[in-house]
Amino acid sequence: MKKIIPAVMAVLVGGAASAQSTPDMGKLLATGGVSQVEGAGGGGITPWALISGYGTRDSWGANAHYTYINTQDYKLGSYGVAIGIADRLELSFANQEFKGSLAPLDKLNIKQDIVGLKYKVLGDAVYEQDVWVPQVAIGIMYKKNKGVRGLEALGVTNVKQLGAKNDSGYDYYVSATKLYLEQSLLLNATLRATRANQMGLLGFGGDRNDSTRLMPEFSAAYLINRQLALGAEYRRKPHNLGVDDEKAYYDAFLAWFPTKNFSVTAAYANLGDITVFNPKKQKGLYLSVQAGF
Amino acid sequence: MKKFITRVGCSLLFVSSLAMAQTPYTDDATYQGLGGKEGIKKIVDTFVTLVLADPRIKDNFTDFDIPQINARLQEQFCEFAGGPCKYTGKYRDKTMDGVGTVRDMKTVHQDLKITNAMFNALTEDLQIAMEQHKVPSSVALKLVAKLAPMQRDIVTK
Repeated sequence: MKKIIPAVMAVLVGGAASAQSTPDMGKLLATGGVSQVEGAGGGGITPWALISGYGTRDSWGANAHYTYINTQDYKLGSYGVAIGIADRLELSFANQEFKGSLAPLDKLNIKQDIVGLKYKVLGDAVYEQDVWVPQVAIGIMYKKNKGVRGLEALGVTNVKQLGAKNDSGYDYYVSATKLYLEQSLLLNATLRATRANQMGLLGFGGDRNDSTRLMPEFSAAYLINRQLALGAEYRRKPHNLGVDDEKAYYDAFLAWFPTKNFSVTAAYANLGDITVFNPKKQKGLYLSVQAGF
Repeated sequence: MKKFITRVGCSLLFVSSLAMAQTPYTDDATYQGLGGKEGIKKIVDTFVTLVLADPRIKDNFTDFDIPQINARLQEQFCEFAGGPCKYTGKYRDKTMDGVGTVRDMKTVHQDLKITNAMFNALTEDLQIAMEQHKVPSSVALKLVAKLAPMQRDIVTK
């Protein structure tokens, strides 16, 4: 795996050199996807094989996003930027902030930084309508948990005190995405190798399990028209911590692309249980805006 | 691992090269959805007008016989959509008259240095033309599904 980073960097430099310097906004509307909650191009909770932004293989594109999820007892905000180079490589940065709103976690505040790199390996989700081969990409996310605030009274300032083995970690994933234009359908399947608890907000590894596990994620979207997509997603997660009865994430979303510069995604998200202190399915509204070129 | 990826990649490319030719729909639902011959003519007229006004791509068409392109597009959309038409696929080049003039999809485009951005701009203009003529999105995408693989022949840059 360590060899991948220099190889990807070489492609990045090569790709940047061959790509034109001005963004061409050349991809078809919506084919860059939106920004998923960890900053990568994808759906709402799952990274897709599509490269973020509207730059074609001769160019590049970039965007910024802000996402807000509000459940009964928690709020999760995420902002970040993503750059797509030559429709081949994607670099993303995101910051997540997770807050509690119900005692004893009402002062809870956990922040996390995520750096993501995605590389398109083969296929084209849009053009190759006459073959079954999907667009396939591999990706890596480095996550650094910035510590726990608001639980000082309990003496907790780091996720390791909640049972996590580490406060930083890597997720590795492979995604396959295909547009079935005849059916007005987009399908995505992602397999992620991860030790992250609640995406890393509660650290990595834990008292129940510390090994990396493979977790499947799925998305399906129906293209209502050129500007609207209606879909649903599922993301399975490991259950590593005794203090967190972690469950899968689900969402149902509507994404609106009025122009290539702006999109809005509204969803209803079910994040499952988050910690044993609030033993209740966390559900609520998910709202995300993306602006870019 | 690297070798494995290369191998898988190669065999996938091989498989995809076997499936190149796009076959028209066997039923005429898409053809009817586009409004039959009449509807397709209106769509192509609007499409060509949009393309010739589109700063991203209009310069590519300066040396071309537009009425001939219009007629070929109607034939092609009609055939792909499952309509009672035969797309000949041959374009008579007006600047080369008398010197073995008939060219196919690939050779017509090979010197034009068309980029993915241009191909997509054209696709977008077609989608807008279909929207203007109230073609349902699901029908419009069925036509686009047949045209999208032509990217391999058309995009030469």
